[in-house]
Amino acid sequence: MVTKLAVSKNEKSSIEHSIKMEMKNLCVYYGKFRALTEINITVQSNKITAIIGPSGCGKSTLLRSFNRMNDLTPSARMDGEIFLDGENINTAGVDVVDVRRRVGMVFQRPNPFPKSIYDNVAFGPRLYGIRRKNDLDEIVEKSLHQSALWDEVKDKLHQSGFSLSGGQQQRLCISRALAVEPEVILMDEPASALDPISTLRIEELMHDLVKDYTIIIVTHNMQQAARVSDYTAMMMIDEHRSGRMIEFNETQIIFTNPKDKRTEDYVTGRFG
Amino acid sequence: MTTTRFQELIAKNEALHSARRRITNSIMLAITGLLTLLALIPLFWIVGYVIYRGGSTINLDFFTQLARPLGVSGGGVLFSIEGTVVLTIISCLCAIPPGVLAAFYVASNPNTPLGVALRFGTDVLAGVPSIVMGLFIYVLIVVPEKHYSAWAGGLALAILMLPTIVRTTEEMLKLVPHTLHEASLGLGAPEWKTSLSVMFPAALNGIITGFLLAISRAVGETAPLLFTALGNDQYDLGKIIGGGIQYHQSLSAIIGRIINQPVDSLPLTLWKYALQPYPERIDQSWGVALVLMIFTLSIEIIARLWVESRKRALQG
Repeated sequence: MVTKLAVSKNEKSSIEHSIKMEMKNLCVYYGKFRALTEINITVQSNKITAIIGPSGCGKSTLLRSFNRMNDLTPSARMDGEIFLDGENINTAGVDVVDVRRRVGMVFQRPNPFPKSIYDNVAFGPRLYGIRRKNDLDEIVEKSLHQSALWDEVKDKLHQSGFSLSGGQQQRLCISRALAVEPEVILMDEPASALDPISTLRIEELMHDLVKDYTIIIVTHNMQQAARVSDYTAMMMIDEHRSGRMIEFNETQIIFTNPKDKRTEDYVTGRFG
Repeated sequence: MTTTRFQELIAKNEALHSARRRITNSIMLAITGLLTLLALIPLFWIVGYVIYRGGSTINLDFFTQLARPLGVSGGGVLFSIEGTVVLTIISCLCAIPPGVLAAFYVASNPNTPLGVALRFGTDVLAGVPSIVMGLFIYVLIVVPEKHYSAWAGGLALAILMLPTIVRTTEEMLKLVPHTLHEASLGLGAPEWKTSLSVMFPAALNGIITGFLLAISRAVGETAPLLFTALGNDQYDLGKIIGGGIQYHQSLSAIIGRIINQPVDSLPLTLWKYALQPYPERIDQSWGVALVLMIFTLSIEIIARLWVESRKRALQG
């Protein structure tokens, strides 16, 4: 399984120019309301892709489409294609549980489970049948190292996740997502509820993680998008109050030489 | 800096205003304080009077002896305490599992036809007078079985507890942040696993509080028991269990004997004793009232201590 995965990863990187995920003509509906219109985006492997735009333009909806989390909203419907490693995951036959393992998620507010630090991280692996204590110990330690939390919590793994500070809780949630070895991590304004120091740590963490993972982040904070991301998607609502992607390019270009006037106005702070 | 016209006006009126404010404040404070006292009077009066009247009848025998015939001194209400415990256990076993599962269903499928029906049904059930529950169980169980029993009484109380359990559990589940639910599903957990190992622990404090509210309500009920559990002042758990062990009866046979006969409960005993014209029975009914009060109060206290300790454990 592991070797097969590794081989297929290598093949992909040479053949498909390391496109990890891609959306083609994605439209999302809530009942009759079209929340997103014709989104086309490519997400490069081992890069950070930021989604920016004013409030209510469908950034979170777009993010939640990447792992089909919108399926949980009863009235939601998604048209179009979403590719993960070249395979369309927006079809009826696809195992959503498997998609969500491969495309993990970190939320806006830290949301540890009401369990110990250890059990929070071990929750995912246990779901996939990993039961042996040694295996779990190893995964928990590795995941906590990856989110740079290990040194702060190694002596209190069996305390409640709630005993940590907000920033630590958010890193715990990142560990929890990493423990099931996802390929893509979706982050929905992961630092907006944190203080500047914790924010900085999360951003540093993203820089470290992107060596092994592909990251897609929604952020309200333009400086954050400029600091951390390689690619940026600019979103805006159209006259029907439906979200559209008006520009997508390398972050540097979006922030220095945007093609769309609205993007320029937004990134320079003229509105938003 | 020159003073404006507005500031002049304020300065002129200030003395007057502040005096009026102080007077209004003290009047309102006096009124609210007085009314608070008034509201507290019945509480302390009831508690005080029950302690005063009940305290003098309570002794060790009161908790350890069965009822004795009138005219024979001593005797206690052990039968009634045991009956209450048995009824409570039966009603919890019958009401909590379906109540919690129904609450999970309603909380995650609020807009499906079954969800709407369940919610409506529990609301209606909550408004049904408790004596109707007793009548229902009487027709459904006591008549065909041809005898009163603890389990009939327990079932009647279970129906009474059901709406409280469903509604409080549902409310508590709805308070759990939505993202917690999504985080679990996002890791690939199936819905049942998410409910069981994320949602349930997150809402547990509130859910347990709901259980205890339901229990303390059921423990104080008389009406549904009148023609289901009936009453039995010679109910003796010690004898049933001891005898069962002595004669090597199976566990199911012993449990059968515990739940298959009529039992008393504290409010039922209180009601029966208080109606009798004999002063000693009336004294005993005050004693029962005190025991009942202590019983429900201790459920409350245990609940709070438990919730507090869990809160501490969760917050580290």
